[in-house]
Amino acid sequence: MMAAFSVARSSCGLFSGLRVSFRSLAHIKYGAAAAAAASPQTPLPPDCRRYSVSHLSVRERIEQKRKAALIGGGQKRIDAQHKRGKLTARERVELLLDAESFVETDMFVEHRCSDFGMEQDSNKFPGDSVVTGRGRINGRLVYVFSQDFTVFGGSLSGAHAQKICKVMDQAMTVGAPVIGLNDSGGARIQEGVESLAGYADIFLRNVLASGVVPQISLIMGPCAGGAVYSPALTDFTFMVKDTSYLFITGPDVVKSVTNEDVTQEELGGAKTHTTVSGVAHRAFENDVEALLNLREFFNFLPLSNQDPAPVRECHDPSDRLVKSLDTIVPFESTKAYDMLDIIHAIVDERDFFEIMPNYAKNIVVGFARMNGRTVGIVGNQPKVASGCLDINSSVKGARFVRFCDAFNIPIITFVDVPGFLPGTAQEYGGIIRHGAKLLYAYAEATVPKITVITRKAYGGAYDVMSSKHLRGDVNYAWPTAEVAVMGAKGAVQIIFRGKENQAEAEAEYVEKFANPFPAAVRGFVDDIIEPSTTRRKICSDLEVLASKKQVNPWKKHANIPL
Amino acid sequence: MAVYRQAVLLDRLLFAVKYAPCQSRGCAVDPRAQYSTAASLNEKTFDKILIANRGEIACRVMKTCKKMGIQTVAVHSDVDSSAVHVKMADEAVCVGPAPTNKSYLNMEAILEAIRHTGAQAVHPGYGFLSENKEFAKRLVADGVTFIGPDTHAIQAMGDKIESKLIAKAAKVNTIPGFDGVVKTAEEAVKIAQQIGYPVMIKASAGGGGKGMRIAWNDEETREGFRFSSQEAASSFGDDRLLIEKYIDNPRHIEIQVLADKHGNALWLNERECSIQRRNQKVVEEAPSTFLDPDTRRAMGEQAVQLAKAVKYSSAGTVEFLVDSKKNFYFLEMNTRLQVEHPITECITGLDLVEQMIRVAKGYRLQHEQKDIPINGWAIESRVYAEDPYKSFGLPSIGRLSQYQEPLNLSNVRVDSGIEEGSDISIYYDPMISKLVTFGSTRAEALARMEDALDSYVIRGVTHNIPLLREIITHPRFISGDISTNFLPEVYPDGFKGHQLDVESRRELLAAAVALYITSQLRSQKILGDLRVSSAPMESSCWELCVELGEGQHHVHVIKSGNVYTVEADGGKVEVCGQWNLASTLLPITVNGADRMLQCLSREASGTLVLQYMGTLFKLQILSKRAAELNSYMPEKVSEDTSSILRSPMPGTVVAVSVKPGDTVAEGQEICVIEAMKMQNSLTAAKPAKVKSVHCKAGETVGEGDLLVELE
Repeated sequence: MMAAFSVARSSCGLFSGLRVSFRSLAHIKYGAAAAAAASPQTPLPPDCRRYSVSHLSVRERIEQKRKAALIGGGQKRIDAQHKRGKLTARERVELLLDAESFVETDMFVEHRCSDFGMEQDSNKFPGDSVVTGRGRINGRLVYVFSQDFTVFGGSLSGAHAQKICKVMDQAMTVGAPVIGLNDSGGARIQEGVESLAGYADIFLRNVLASGVVPQISLIMGPCAGGAVYSPALTDFTFMVKDTSYLFITGPDVVKSVTNEDVTQEELGGAKTHTTVSGVAHRAFENDVEALLNLREFFNFLPLSNQDPAPVRECHDPSDRLVKSLDTIVPFESTKAYDMLDIIHAIVDERDFFEIMPNYAKNIVVGFARMNGRTVGIVGNQPKVASGCLDINSSVKGARFVRFCDAFNIPIITFVDVPGFLPGTAQEYGGIIRHGAKLLYAYAEATVPKITVITRKAYGGAYDVMSSKHLRGDVNYAWPTAEVAVMGAKGAVQIIFRGKENQAEAEAEYVEKFANPFPAAVRGFVDDIIEPSTTRRKICSDLEVLASKKQVNPWKKHANIPL
Repeated sequence: MAVYRQAVLLDRLLFAVKYAPCQSRGCAVDPRAQYSTAASLNEKTFDKILIANRGEIACRVMKTCKKMGIQTVAVHSDVDSSAVHVKMADEAVCVGPAPTNKSYLNMEAILEAIRHTGAQAVHPGYGFLSENKEFAKRLVADGVTFIGPDTHAIQAMGDKIESKLIAKAAKVNTIPGFDGVVKTAEEAVKIAQQIGYPVMIKASAGGGGKGMRIAWNDEETREGFRFSSQEAASSFGDDRLLIEKYIDNPRHIEIQVLADKHGNALWLNERECSIQRRNQKVVEEAPSTFLDPDTRRAMGEQAVQLAKAVKYSSAGTVEFLVDSKKNFYFLEMNTRLQVEHPITECITGLDLVEQMIRVAKGYRLQHEQKDIPINGWAIESRVYAEDPYKSFGLPSIGRLSQYQEPLNLSNVRVDSGIEEGSDISIYYDPMISKLVTFGSTRAEALARMEDALDSYVIRGVTHNIPLLREIITHPRFISGDISTNFLPEVYPDGFKGHQLDVESRRELLAAAVALYITSQLRSQKILGDLRVSSAPMESSCWELCVELGEGQHHVHVIKSGNVYTVEADGGKVEVCGQWNLASTLLPITVNGADRMLQCLSREASGTLVLQYMGTLFKLQILSKRAAELNSYMPEKVSEDTSSILRSPMPGTVVAVSVKPGDTVAEGQEICVIEAMKMQNSLTAAKPAKVKSVHCKAGETVGEGDLLVELE
């Protein structure tokens, strides 16, 4: 009897739309009964089954479980999470998705471990340590999982993995991106190999989904051990400054194995991964900023490889002339300028979402829009290391180009490259192998490719940077372009070896090659354009290239020089 | 205030200096009167003129040359090779590397350029070689005409003491004072008593306000004598001292004169230049609200007397200090075209550059004194690339990533020498432009200035528009109650930007949330056929939380069509506008009143930077729920600035006074940074030991660069 009454009494609970609880559903469906239940004498609702007087009804149990699922590890742990400057798994989902768009799955899933006292009711949490489901970002479909640090430190149980796999499978069948919000202490040690199996299940799905739907990881807490490989397999990994870590082994293990003293932050913090290792693509100040930026970022992406690059309503005229570009390239070919200035001036509304802004800064990559359509932008950065290609910049560029190609995003390349960086460090590090990745990525890409040579395009690097020879669709040169095998000085030393008047020879070489004509007369560039018209031309080219169809020869998969 | 008007019929020759005559927005002044001039087209002057200057003044001179059919030659330094004045000229010659003493002051190279191009005359503009008698002499020796007065006048007026003596002789009011060798402190006191306190004491040879001391009594005079005589001997090797009446709260009013080589001279009315910072003018106007016709005539006539006394020819400016009782005292004469000459052109209709060229060729003046009108009112704001929040303006540098002058407005003239994409470098004056507005009344000219400042788009460098707009809307300025101490008096604690009151804050909040919602709604507008249908949020009502400065504001918004009804801080505001998210300018209507805002940045995190009433405001807009959650986000600790010394501006390190391990006292000089003719001493914020020094003398540093760390 008591149990039934408690249902009735608590039927007026108010919940926000996101957290649609069974209570409020019950309230609507059984409104009449609930209203009547105000007095204890009222009979029970007819479908309120009881197994015995001393047990809860199913309805009560459903409600209780939902309620339990909503508070995860409990208020104390939620407070602790907040104290660390972190949001809870559900709060994160709420911020990431459009209001009231979250549809949760597997709220009732619980872990199945019966060792080490885990089978006790007090150790069971409905939904376990992850929140999963689907929702909308700016109206567009997305699948999400958000690890709940308040439940066993967000550790990965078999059930936890199974929940993630389920949304990934659904995302694949529907063709929609997957966003993972990672905040997990690692494997559920109590479950042993089951947990490891769970990781592998996720890894496999990450790999199968790769190139089919965009996958994004946002690291919002610890992510250590084998767990790191899931973010590593996804297309983009973002981090939150000061509260997130990624490492294979933590500082303690590092100390015991290599005797290195290192803090978590130094070993695998946001700064390390966005500037030194290149593991993460960008870092944000805090949870709120990270999630809001993720919403913005999501808007650049197509839902899957079956969709074209999205076109958003655009207020920036596609035929806008950009006068400032006519003077941006300095007269002295050794003087630097900022490639970002060119990019900002050309793209819609100066809106450029840079990927890896603090890693391998000699190449700039990121997303922007041209007349509303998402494009991927790659540019050599003369401001840093003269914009040369080295190991890190090649790999950064290659991965970005391949993402764009996989998801039908046109690639616009701004070239000012003096060549590959020479030296033992680069050669020993395998610049040949790594440089080949960028070459490979550009060559295999079948999306629209537009190239603008702003200044130098020297040597092999010229070939690599989306040249005509690698099936560039439209290749432009600015009047300041110099396409040549190498700079004047080096060339003269070879061509005119031993000649007395090197300066004169150099001048001759410059006259001959330090201009766009050698490439233009051979048709290696399609046109020499005024820099101020670049935006107008690219917008119009993209319009035409939207229907580009190009297919590579059939293969099981290509063999990029990893 | 008497507006001095004379109906004068001028021959019409529309002289449009970047002036768009379209769109007459409620100004009754006949635009022809602003720039017309009485020049006869048939006068033959020169075939080719070299302009020995850069930037806006070079462009200004070239415009008149083009109008007169004269070929122009620009000189430039290597970094200026694609500058506007170079593109504008028919020919251009590079005269050296960036530092001015190697290029624009490089007489040899400029003389060579003249020979090479065959220019018959040189216009020096202002600054650089414009008042250099040596340069003028050498030109004459080479048979080239110097467009300016002859060397005698330059020399006479260039010397402070000589110019005063000449002025005295020409019966021009001079500040009572004594100039010469003062032997003892008692002698100084005697002189001071004769003049009457307060007095100013300084070394004769020192320029400007350098080493100036003010004494209000005998004791202070003795002290001032001691300092100044020491300084005179040690810094200048010239014992002479200047003791003169100190004018408290003076106005700086100057008279434009124009004279020919035949002994004729005119005064072209005054310019009020009292709004200054560090002796540099910021806002000027013509005429002055302060002068009555009699004072004006008296000043004008004395200015002409002085010009005649030195056989002056060309355009020149006689500067006066005017005290509160309208006593005026001669200060100095500038023997060149002044920066602020456009406002005189606006009210008189004369093209001063054209007159200078004519006079240089030997033609007589075309006007008589009675022909010189005051037509309406003109105001000039000097738009500088500098940060007005740091002692009313410390230079800033950068590339003008976006630049748009408010030329769509009528009665606006912008004299500039830069364009979108130009670099403002540490080598030259940080002036971006001179923004001039005019109207038939002062109120009209001021209202137009407000509009023009609001519509002026400058991105890539920090600029002083916030300060300019505050000045021209300040009640004291509007009432004409100004002096050279205006800025320190009005902003005793430094300039802090526009201060919002409840109403204007609400207006800003409303504009910001409307822009935010527009951008949020636009994010959902994905075009084309979608494989997976979209489910945009249909909403016409929002609860938002806006952080602005220290305060948090809960804002309720209802949208219907283009109109946003915003409830904030207990009041309601209605805003509507075009909401073009690509546009830098945001013309909106707030409660029926037109406003021009500018959006500088719009970030995914809800951060918005808006220029409102000239000042930049940073706001963060979040949904109510996001704001709730945001309260859990930790405050990130910013670095302890007291132990870190960063460069407040880009420039060159002149001297580093400390080395690691040194102990410094609070306020002790650590290093000196020089930028754009200005030296800045950086001092320790607390007593400490120097931990590390990251700069050395001669190095170039950027704004915010770490210079010295303290422990």
